[in-house]
Amino acid sequence: MSLSKQEWLALEKKAHELRNLCLDTTYWAGSGHIGGGMSSIDILTILYHKYLNIKKDDPNWADRDRFILSKGHAGIAYAPVLCDYGYNDLEQLKTFNLTNSKMGIHLDANKVVGVDASTGSLGHGLPIAAGTALAARVLGKSYKTYCLTGDGELNEGSIWEAVLSINNFNLNSLITFVDRNHCMIDGDTEEVMKLEPLADKFAAFGLVVKEVDGQNIKELCEAVDFALASDRPVIIIADTKKGAGIKMIEGDYKWHYGAIDEDLYNRCKSELDEYFKARIERVEREAK
Amino acid sequence: MAGGFVYTAVESTAMSTAEYYGNTLAELGREHPEIVALTADLANSTKIGIFQQEFPDRFFNVGIAEQNMFGVAAGMAKAGCVPFLSTFSVFASLRCADQLHTDICYQNVNAKIIATHAGTSFGQAGSTHHAIVDLAVARSLPNLVVICPADGVETANAVRAAYKLQGPVYIRINRGFDRVLYGDPDYDYGFEVGKAVELHEGTDITVIATGSCAFQALQAANFLESSDGLKVRVLNIHTIKPIDKEAVLKAISDTRRIITVEDHSIIGGLGSAVAEIIAEAGKGCGFTRLGHEDNFAPIGLHEDIMSIVGIDSNGIIATVREVMNKDFEQDDNWDDEV
Repeated sequence: MSLSKQEWLALEKKAHELRNLCLDTTYWAGSGHIGGGMSSIDILTILYHKYLNIKKDDPNWADRDRFILSKGHAGIAYAPVLCDYGYNDLEQLKTFNLTNSKMGIHLDANKVVGVDASTGSLGHGLPIAAGTALAARVLGKSYKTYCLTGDGELNEGSIWEAVLSINNFNLNSLITFVDRNHCMIDGDTEEVMKLEPLADKFAAFGLVVKEVDGQNIKELCEAVDFALASDRPVIIIADTKKGAGIKMIEGDYKWHYGAIDEDLYNRCKSELDEYFKARIERVEREAK
Repeated sequence: MAGGFVYTAVESTAMSTAEYYGNTLAELGREHPEIVALTADLANSTKIGIFQQEFPDRFFNVGIAEQNMFGVAAGMAKAGCVPFLSTFSVFASLRCADQLHTDICYQNVNAKIIATHAGTSFGQAGSTHHAIVDLAVARSLPNLVVICPADGVETANAVRAAYKLQGPVYIRINRGFDRVLYGDPDYDYGFEVGKAVELHEGTDITVIATGSCAFQALQAANFLESSDGLKVRVLNIHTIKPIDKEAVLKAISDTRRIITVEDHSIIGGLGSAVAEIIAEAGKGCGFTRLGHEDNFAPIGLHEDIMSIVGIDSNGIIATVREVMNKDFEQDDNWDDEV
């Protein structure tokens, strides 16, 4: 199931819209986890606009594919995705982080339509995803579970407990992404707490590992197609950039969480346009 | 009895408290295919393994990984299963407290935690395996119903009731054999979540007990009646949250003297819950909490530890006599205070 040029372009356009919406939300909220939000957008885009078997008019459909955002602090990217998809009113984004809003930094599954788990405490989402995958087996359902973890989050022991289970129960209906943006709050992941050789670690735990450019939609889709066909659980290490699309913050761990004023917002907007142009040029070059 | 248990009175005395749990869960499993069971390498110790033998495809041992177990259970519950998960109380409440807080309670999922080896019932294992703060943790978590059954029959009742409740439930039961309070499983004493059971009538003082201390309180009441002529009301408060406020207020009003007894720290459990009600009631009331003082318990047999800590019948008798001799304000007149 290769990605057609037309489909690729459509996904690029959607990712660009969502990057803008993430930036807008950060601006409206005054601040947010824009770094780790932006690095996740391409993954969220292909899931919500190509892979997830979900219904706009029936968010609680029992047979829907599940998505668990284990890196819950990427709510600033996830909320725009869920609003844009139609699960929640886009206007709600303007209330993000405001007192009594349904949407805070970490999205609450009991308040925001389409959220499959309330995450935010790191290391929780992957076990929950293992649970929804295991439940599919018990209940005789064929839905898939997708999970997105951060890389700093992989420091949590509960992640590795979950990986043991995913291997032990051979949960191949669960497809896990690592948003490998190399940054955590206090610095580079390799300086704060070494993760490498990360792929070897997951492989040693029994998972099938795919390493891709996490800002390349075609590579991400190929990895998901591979995982969907695998009879063993697959983890996709998506090599990303914190703040992807906005040059002035890209790769800077200090932009884990940041504030954006009007001037910065306008500069970020034009950088996102530049970035989109370059991404479209890549499609033109590489699409068959 | 309500719920229709299958064991006889003879079998009931031969079963440990956890075996009541395992058998009841297996019964529920026959009735409800969505029930699944999880443990962290404690299938045999917690007796959840009885369910495993009958339903191996609905049983998952996650290995010694409690945090993952709670997350997996939350995911399964969100997808439509009703998970029962069992490990020791000390681990269920502390090792994975964050998962209990966020995955189970905050998400308000329909998962049932049956935590075994409660209090100091695994006494010889030492404080690493004593659960004397689990009620304090569980009681403070929103959405969580907290039950501490007195014996095997009450455990069976509580487990069935937990299934019927929508939302998370924490039940803490003891290791091994509890002294039998409700021997006959066919005896319907009207178990209801959130409703105290009056084990002994009385007007002089009320002993409010939970878990294995309920039997001890009843023993003490019987003794005090014959030896001291005291009429001791005994309330078994099996549901720590929501607590039966009405029964406590009635005890304050009727007896004006209250003692709480629990195999738990006096901070945060039954004693604290009752203290809150007394304080808010604004009524004068002689009051003492029995339980583990702000100390870790010694190593030893459960009954020895209960004796050392003073939560067995002897300890309760001594405390009742002490509280009966306490002078306290029975009216609103503060002028005569020293």
